[in-house]
Amino acid sequence: MRRIFIGIVLLLALSLMTFFLFFASPVDVTRFACGKNCTPEKRATTEKALGYDKPVLEQWTDFLKGIVVGRDYPDDPELQAAAPDVVTHCAAPCFGYSQVNAQTVNQLIKEAAPVSVSLALMAVFIWVLLGVLFGLLAAVTKGSLIDRGIVGLTLVVYAFPTFFVAIFLLKYVAIKWQWLPFPQYETIAEGGIGGWLTNLILPATTLALFYLAGYVRITRAFVLESLSEDYIRTATAKGLAPRKVLFKHALRAALTPLVTMIGLDFASLLGGAIITETVFSYHGLGALAVRANVSYDLPVLIGLLLLAGAFVILANIVVDVLYAYIDPRVRLD
Amino acid sequence: MTTPFLSVQDLKVHFPTPDGIVKATDGLSFTLEKGRTLGIVGESGSGKSVSSSAILGLHRKTSAQVSGQILLEGTDLLQISDEQMRRKRGAEVAMIFQDPLSAMHPYYTVGNQISEAYRVHHSVSKKAARTRTIEMLDRVGIPQPDRRVDDYPHQFSGGMRQRAMIAMALINNPSLLIADEPTTALDVTVQAQILDLLQDLQREFESAVIIITHDLGVIAEMADEVLVMYAGRAVEYGMAKELMTHPEMPYTWGLLSSVPDVAGDTSAKLIPIPGSPPSLLNTPSGCAFHPRCTHSAKVQGDLCRTVMPELVPGTRTESHLKRCHLANPDAIYEQEVLPEIAPDLVEER
Repeated sequence: MRRIFIGIVLLLALSLMTFFLFFASPVDVTRFACGKNCTPEKRATTEKALGYDKPVLEQWTDFLKGIVVGRDYPDDPELQAAAPDVVTHCAAPCFGYSQVNAQTVNQLIKEAAPVSVSLALMAVFIWVLLGVLFGLLAAVTKGSLIDRGIVGLTLVVYAFPTFFVAIFLLKYVAIKWQWLPFPQYETIAEGGIGGWLTNLILPATTLALFYLAGYVRITRAFVLESLSEDYIRTATAKGLAPRKVLFKHALRAALTPLVTMIGLDFASLLGGAIITETVFSYHGLGALAVRANVSYDLPVLIGLLLLAGAFVILANIVVDVLYAYIDPRVRLD
Repeated sequence: MTTPFLSVQDLKVHFPTPDGIVKATDGLSFTLEKGRTLGIVGESGSGKSVSSSAILGLHRKTSAQVSGQILLEGTDLLQISDEQMRRKRGAEVAMIFQDPLSAMHPYYTVGNQISEAYRVHHSVSKKAARTRTIEMLDRVGIPQPDRRVDDYPHQFSGGMRQRAMIAMALINNPSLLIADEPTTALDVTVQAQILDLLQDLQREFESAVIIITHDLGVIAEMADEVLVMYAGRAVEYGMAKELMTHPEMPYTWGLLSSVPDVAGDTSAKLIPIPGSPPSLLNTPSGCAFHPRCTHSAKVQGDLCRTVMPELVPGTRTESHLKRCHLANPDAIYEQEVLPEIAPDLVEER
């Protein structure tokens, strides 16, 4: 309970900070929201419609109010009565309105989020599976050629920039050798689970390869550490088979630090993978953020930042709760 | 002559390191019969634990070179396959470790870990193993065993944990039990209880016990035979009673002088052994103990420094072996050592 409360306070602080940061920037938001044929009058209307004429703090409270009860854009009761068509209602929780896209931020996020979530899910699956597997293999063959090969190879892969790996996979696997179709995001409804998975393989692999090296090394280090513990000697002295000692006793102990890392990495990935999404032309949250950035679409950026922050805070809470399940010595207060 | 129950011959455990070979155990021999207790004493680093781990085959082949013979009821444990050794571990040979907190997995319940030991060697249902576990917990004196069985190790007290470890070791009725410093990590009051329990259980199960300790009090209480180790070798070996009353090796004297006698004469001096145990990478020439020995001057010439003494029968009985050049150790002990460490005992005589 305390954790959730702290999480909410953190989110409030984050939103306040982003608000002030954006308004402190030299970019004139209204100018961009107003469009090409901007006249001073039109500009004033736009400013009023978006509420940019109000003080920053008031805009912030309006924003918070929007999250709780929803808002209308523009927030003008007279206009609402006279011409309800031009007023967009943004239901709670409302994260703002993008004048550039003429859509609510919620709508934009709703379209982009499934792409990023699918990508993150698939990527986390690949890198955790391979990372733990190779990490274990490296740990049990410590010092051998296999161990050095695994650690060295994942490090080499890690050293390549993401865009290089992405373009490499795209060019060779998809285009030249045609092992996989050219990836285009399909929802499960469109392509079925098979189509959804096939299209995700390349971009998810790109992301996973970046995280793989870290997970191999962490798994290897923690398994080696727990293998030198006294309770491993006890387990061996009982007559347990080596495989059982490794999986039931050593890996279980290495799980705690792994869960922390997985939780946080997965959460930050949920906020969007900018480079990978861009190279593969996936319209996820990362790509949305890039577009919002180039078009100075502040409401979208604020919404995305808050969303990413919320993911990280939520992941922290989930990890804390998981701890109590993994380690009986941890009891939540 | 019948074959002894356990016979260890010329056991060597060497660890190759970049700096050279660490000879943790270098030519150790002893025998042990069922129902008897052997105490192995020595300072830390004398090779006690390494030797006993070798009996269980706990050394990794990649890091340790183990040679010699370990005959358990005629079977050489160093010659059988890994799988055969695994079947013996926990079933025929079991071990109790020094620190019961770190020796138990923190994430599994005590009951889970004990019944796991049972189920490795018996194909029984989980429920049957649980019943057996509760029985064993009850046998080692854990109150409300049917409830404590689901507790985690951190919810047990130190003494309870060691009791649970004993239950885990004895659940398969092993014929050989190795207790590696079983009471070192415990409170003194609990130590006596654990030792009592071990003795009771030994009588009940008729197993052979090797108890490893640096505490001569534990030896006096438990052991039938004693093996004193120094720098990976046996330096004195004999029946407990004989060896404790007539030790013939200055190192054993040193160990005896470092034990406080609370109930007896408190004016008696505590005399620590000077120096520290030698590096096992390059042990001193001749008698490994000579740099710390205060009696080496009584030996003719350079013998202590140049020639390693053989483990030979001492001056009193054939079965009491010692590794020392001193010609009349018993007399030196009676006249020089005993008056220092137990003046009241000398007066009584």
